[in-house]
Amino acid sequence: MSILVDRNTRVVTQGITGKTGVFHTKNCLEYCFGEECFVAGVTPGKGGERVANIPVFNSVRDAKLDTGCNTSVIYVPPKFAAKAIDEAVDAELDLVVCITEGIPVRDLVNTRARMRGKKTILLGPNCPGIITPGTIKIGIMPGYIHKPGSIGVVSRSGTLTYEVVDQLTKLGLGQSTCVGIGGDPVNGLKHLDVLKRFNDDDDTEAVVMCGEIGGTDEEACARWIAENMHKPVIAFIAGATAPPGKRMGHAGAIISGGEGTAIAKIEALRDAGVHVTENPAEMGNFVASALTL
Amino acid sequence: MKLHEYQAKQLFQRYGIPVPKGVAYSSKEAALDAVKSMIFGSWVIKAQIHAGGRGKGGGVKIATTSDTAILAINSIFGMQLVTHQTGPKGKLVERILIEEAVSIERELYLGMVVDRTSQQIALMVSADGGMDIEKVANETPDRLFTMLIDGEKKIDMATSSELSEKIGLQQELHVGADELFQNVYRLFLECDASLVEINPLVITEDNRLIAADAKVTIDDNALFRQSEIQEFRDPSEEDINESKAAEAGLNFISLNGNIGCLVNGAGLAMATMDIIKLHGGEPANFLDVGGGANAQQVAVAFQIMLQQSTVKAVLVNIFGGIMRCDVIAKGIVEAAQETAMSLPLIIRLEGTNVIDGREILAQSGLNYISATDMDDAAIKAVHAAAG
Repeated sequence: MSILVDRNTRVVTQGITGKTGVFHTKNCLEYCFGEECFVAGVTPGKGGERVANIPVFNSVRDAKLDTGCNTSVIYVPPKFAAKAIDEAVDAELDLVVCITEGIPVRDLVNTRARMRGKKTILLGPNCPGIITPGTIKIGIMPGYIHKPGSIGVVSRSGTLTYEVVDQLTKLGLGQSTCVGIGGDPVNGLKHLDVLKRFNDDDDTEAVVMCGEIGGTDEEACARWIAENMHKPVIAFIAGATAPPGKRMGHAGAIISGGEGTAIAKIEALRDAGVHVTENPAEMGNFVASALTL
Repeated sequence: MKLHEYQAKQLFQRYGIPVPKGVAYSSKEAALDAVKSMIFGSWVIKAQIHAGGRGKGGGVKIATTSDTAILAINSIFGMQLVTHQTGPKGKLVERILIEEAVSIERELYLGMVVDRTSQQIALMVSADGGMDIEKVANETPDRLFTMLIDGEKKIDMATSSELSEKIGLQQELHVGADELFQNVYRLFLECDASLVEINPLVITEDNRLIAADAKVTIDDNALFRQSEIQEFRDPSEEDINESKAAEAGLNFISLNGNIGCLVNGAGLAMATMDIIKLHGGEPANFLDVGGGANAQQVAVAFQIMLQQSTVKAVLVNIFGGIMRCDVIAKGIVEAAQETAMSLPLIIRLEGTNVIDGREILAQSGLNYISATDMDDAAIKAVHAAAG
């Protein structure tokens, strides 16, 4: 089983006629039940066209009325991406997955303020997306490295997630769902929101969490894990060697005012009983040994 | 993008935030000429560099006569200013701000940032101005007051009066303080700032609020719609390699070690630095080539590393996702040939079409050390760099 997305998820691609939108929608269609799950695309002004045999609509509302889609994935350029999220929220979709990188923070602050009290969940932006291996892939991750199973993965990074998934798969450890929450300082689901869902998911046995420097989300997780988590959590925090005050690629990966260091996160997680490895090449092995404890 | 103090103060003036009278000069002669005709009671001469801690490093001086002002200009202009943020080499001062010194009754603090946890804009004030605010936040957090502003809503007068009360402002200053908060907030939103800081915010002897210092950082993601602010960009403040990399669409940050890194993805790039350190080495840089990693980008990355005499080995760590390893391998080979890469090159390739990718590398005649995983790659790189 899985969290957030499964075979019943119906997806609309926002920005489907752009190069990235076409490319990744085709990839997602080819993955497992993609043909069943990807039902619509949206590009304003291009309603009536078809991309990869999927109908294109002028708005998310139209797409929902016609196809019953409940989830969107966004490949819209940064200038317009926050508006695209707003549109999906207004159409009352269940989940919005925003892949776009480089959205101005002010736009996200507004979008998040608009979302308060609404039913829609946001994943991302600046993330690889979400995949329930063997079922559905929504985003830009390479599907074939995944394997269905019982390890939940949550991460702020793209390729580092592929790295851990690859290690797990090679050890025969499949994944229930892999969730990329993205590297922006203001975003939707946080590590904690995803952990809670994995804790409640009957088919997830253990969780791998890839954190990184910046913010205090990992510390917040640690407090919650200590009290509530009844499954093993394995963690790696990227950026132990990052200098303070520098933005390490991700907009959110910055140590400022002494806050957000890898050491603080690692200590907090260890105190909460999380298995933290400081070696990113050992994440898979750590999971294997945590499962035999 | 960071702004200079004098640039931030130009923005302040535009938004009705009071600042001392002053002019910035990028020529010492012009500054010396000007100071003779300025009729100030006393002068403040301030070095304009992006780093904080300028005062402690001797980059800010107060002069009570025009003669001492001239001495101050002579000592600050052209100095190599070292602060806790510049690194040991310091920063050459090529621009100064000359201001009228204000008579200080009290020093306060005001800051505005995006609060990550609440995802709202936070206005912070403290009665302890002129000090290191991180110290205040850590040691006496009850002396720092924060107000969260939801979305693009306004700051209401009741809340700003409450804040004024907390930092001990007299009743007659409350309206002025409210106006100041509103103006800072308007600047913050309209200029896409990620930080606005006034430290100290001064109450003068004649009971006015004045921003004696100004620190503004703009959200890089929003620069596309801030064309006027883009003109504030000061290339002399940027690391040459970092700017060169940015032009090629690479995310590059110089570090102090001797192992150059070339990685796709920010998280994996940080993890690669970490694993080098774990095995006893020191990374020379952070470098994220992004999802594409074409030959041209890799070539720029190699060029930058080859120019740094401190770099003794280069570790390439690529996890091919959508971008196939065979395409990336061709890019690496081309780039290595084009740049005549002569440093020990350790390559770890994993992911989509990895077998083809490794085959291309093996057949290319390229002189490199192949690694099976991240651990192996880091160990080999540390070994190669040690010579």
